[in-house]
Amino acid sequence: MATAAHAQKGLFSRPRAKTGWFSWVTTVDHKKIGIMYMFTALFFFIVGGVEALLIRAQLAQPNGQVLSADAYNQVFTMHGLTMIFLVVMPLGSALMNYFVPLMIGARDVAFPRINAFSYWVYLFGGLFLYTSFALGGAPDGGWFGYAPLSTLQTSDGMTFYALGLQILGIASLGGAINFIVTILNMRAPGMTLMRMPVFVWMTLVTSFLLLFAMPVIAVALFQLMFDRVWGANFFDATVGGDPVLWQHLFWLFGHPEVYIMILPAMGIVSDILPTFSGKPIFGYAAIVFAGIAIGFMGWGVWAHHMFSVGLGPVANSAFALSTMFIAVPTGVKIFNWLGTMWGGSIRFKTPLLFAVGFVTMFVIGGLSGVSHAIVPHDGQQTDTYYIVAHFHYVLFGGAVFGLFGGMYYWWPKMFGRHLGEGLGKVHFWLMLIGFNLAFGPMHILGLQGMPRRQDTYPDNMGWNFWNLISTVGAFLIAVSILVFFWNVVRSRTKGEEAGADPWDGRTLEWATASPPPEHNFDVIPHVTHRDDFWHTKYATDEEGEPVKVFAGGSGSDENIDQVHHTGHIHMPDPSFWPVVAAFGLPVLAFGVLYISTPTLVVGGLILLVGLFGWGLEPSAEEH
Amino acid sequence: MNGSPAAKRRLLALLALLAVFAIACDTGPQDFLKSQASVQTQKADSLWDVTFAIAVFIFVVVEGLIIYALIRFRQRPGREAAQFHGNTKVEIILTVIPSLILAGLAVPTVQTIFENSKQPPDALRIQVVAKQFWWEFNYPDLGIVTANELHLPVDQTAYIEITSPTNDVIHSFWVPRLTGAQDAVPGRTNTTVITPTATGQFWGQCKEFCGLSHSRMRLRVFVEDRSTFDQWVADQGEEAAEPTDSLAQQGQELFVNGQCAACHTISGTNAAGTTGPNLTHLMSRRTFAGAIFRMNEGNLRDWVADAPAMKPGSIMPSGLKSMGLSQSDVDAIVAYLLTLE
Repeated sequence: MATAAHAQKGLFSRPRAKTGWFSWVTTVDHKKIGIMYMFTALFFFIVGGVEALLIRAQLAQPNGQVLSADAYNQVFTMHGLTMIFLVVMPLGSALMNYFVPLMIGARDVAFPRINAFSYWVYLFGGLFLYTSFALGGAPDGGWFGYAPLSTLQTSDGMTFYALGLQILGIASLGGAINFIVTILNMRAPGMTLMRMPVFVWMTLVTSFLLLFAMPVIAVALFQLMFDRVWGANFFDATVGGDPVLWQHLFWLFGHPEVYIMILPAMGIVSDILPTFSGKPIFGYAAIVFAGIAIGFMGWGVWAHHMFSVGLGPVANSAFALSTMFIAVPTGVKIFNWLGTMWGGSIRFKTPLLFAVGFVTMFVIGGLSGVSHAIVPHDGQQTDTYYIVAHFHYVLFGGAVFGLFGGMYYWWPKMFGRHLGEGLGKVHFWLMLIGFNLAFGPMHILGLQGMPRRQDTYPDNMGWNFWNLISTVGAFLIAVSILVFFWNVVRSRTKGEEAGADPWDGRTLEWATASPPPEHNFDVIPHVTHRDDFWHTKYATDEEGEPVKVFAGGSGSDENIDQVHHTGHIHMPDPSFWPVVAAFGLPVLAFGVLYISTPTLVVGGLILLVGLFGWGLEPSAEEH
Repeated sequence: MNGSPAAKRRLLALLALLAVFAIACDTGPQDFLKSQASVQTQKADSLWDVTFAIAVFIFVVVEGLIIYALIRFRQRPGREAAQFHGNTKVEIILTVIPSLILAGLAVPTVQTIFENSKQPPDALRIQVVAKQFWWEFNYPDLGIVTANELHLPVDQTAYIEITSPTNDVIHSFWVPRLTGAQDAVPGRTNTTVITPTATGQFWGQCKEFCGLSHSRMRLRVFVEDRSTFDQWVADQGEEAAEPTDSLAQQGQELFVNGQCAACHTISGTNAAGTTGPNLTHLMSRRTFAGAIFRMNEGNLRDWVADAPAMKPGSIMPSGLKSMGLSQSDVDAIVAYLLTLE
């Protein structure tokens, strides 16, 4: 598994590399893991984006001939799975990984090796899912995998789905536990819960949602696996199984999942807007409690995905009401973002543009979301392109814009160089226009009666014009993403060098160098305020009101860079056991897929060896 | 007010957008933005109209305020950011107002949910059985079994029971101008109510992803005046006519004694299969195979010869490749089918 130089260390000695590719494989540093999460997610973003372009190419005109019905079903299923499980969730994880410890003044996460394990499980789970294309066909039953279609589809695709999502769920659970423990236990002195940056709060809420949602989908996926591989009958109505059971379990996971994807982006926006408005966030407590309220209420709305299943008028009314009222805390957040900008001095940097893009697009997604709660009319909207439009306004217009904002905002901290402002603005405007061209018309298509998940449509339905526009928009988005990647490549050599605090930041990650040293902070900060770093830079006047008076405090750039730590800082050592243990999981999954005992034994052994090696290894060698 | 030019521009842009809407929304046969044709969809539509108006209002106000803030509070020389952390009064007001709006929407929504779920007296009972990838329609009180094309009398309420065979998958019955979607779930029976208010032809299609030919699982509803509907009922009640032409007789022989009869019923013959559509009055229908092909000799010939080639995932096997039919057998069977008026 390694070059000769590493092999001679054998499996029994500790890896020590701090640079080179092996240091990445064995790292337990939350920052390196965050970077790996980010680039892996961006890679899958390209893959999922190509799938989206195939879908739009097929639907650009009636009776499309780009894909066969079978290929189309695989592509739209994999587009959904990829964007949800391999792009938006891990991109959130990437930024949480890198920045939550920095923002709370910690030196790493609580369980650095579990953190590495989560990343490798994510990578292997994603690759496992994609091997299906070469092994008889990708999942073709939709990301929602409704039984009994998912149990009856004849290719192995939906077995890959059941096993692949199970693996990815393990990665999410590991990450969730890690962040909960880190945030609750590893805050710097003085960093009380109500002084935490909103992004940290939203990470905490998201992690609790993951902790409770993942076991639900795990149960459903195990049932699906047993139905498919060993002929169990959980969802088979001929022998008393119930197809609707799957839907309840899936959406009981699936709706919190929506908030799992959007809350991190809400946190990012809640940190970008104050920074670029030069003001503290408006209504901090309200925005935090609204996030928590969304987290709780998100568990009580799942059946709004099932209004046409026939649950009866009482259940439909109850879920209509809960769906309407989850809009209240969401509205609170939007008003608070507006209040944050109000009266500020707004600097139009790229991160701000993406944050404002998030808020404006999310308003549209939120309003169309409320319209689903009108049950008698939801019978019309459901499963049409109106829904496709709605959730892309939430997950692309919302989450993806927010995540890009986060990347532009934190890129200088992660790599010491800015992404280009000019290219960033080109990226933003192309993406905003492309996005609205691609998904705006889908509202109309839905109301014109165009259902989702159709490989072709006849040309007498009145859908031709808007479908063509939508395809043009999709390709415009693709161009904007190319601009982004060009910006990334260019910034490696030509990016403007960033000091420790390029944006006049407010939170602790800006108090250390860019990029931060492995141990994050030479001296663990003592926190006395919300937006503590800002308060080290600016004084307050005699009335207690903070005023922007430069105080030349210890936080200024020149001083930070000159503080060097001399003594030893205890940090966890690298380990290759997480990647070994993680590799056991896809091997086990292939064992189940092909009911192959040798493969199961090998996979089980790899996992066990990895876990034992891990268990017997001290978290840090003595020095 | 400083923001009014921005707000005006916004309003103009919105009006322009609505104008484009109106032009580009070429009304297709499944469009439910316009001309609802049942009591139930009209109710749903009026709820939608209110919701849409409120949503547009909130959209304009919120987006307008955001744009106003961005322009008004942009960084300029001499501009200092005001330092405040919140405003409890404003926050409470902005929480209460949306709550009240939502409560106002909730009341008529719940009322309509319950109204639409009542079983009306004297309704025409219809059973819909959704199968991969076509629709079976039974009129249990009239003794009629047909496929893909539903006939309803205008101004009479139809009470529709929807299901799917236990070995099939979930489908969803949807005719936009007549009824919202109601799923066909294996092992369960759901109901929906349609009171058509206008005669005409209405298109619908399966709305729950059901496999390879989900997009080719369509249906049509013919809402007819009373006498036309009664005539249709009388015609459908008759047994199939015996073929007189020799080729058609040969086709009948092949059909009734061959594999076709295992899946299809033709009343008055020994063909009594129930897996596929009842073909007794096939030629009274305008379309076949999930209402996607016109009912004509050429299409029928292609279909009998090789159904899966015409419709991916078709459960009906290929006549030439799987059922051992020759081209002349196919011709004979089609000649017979053409007599099933």
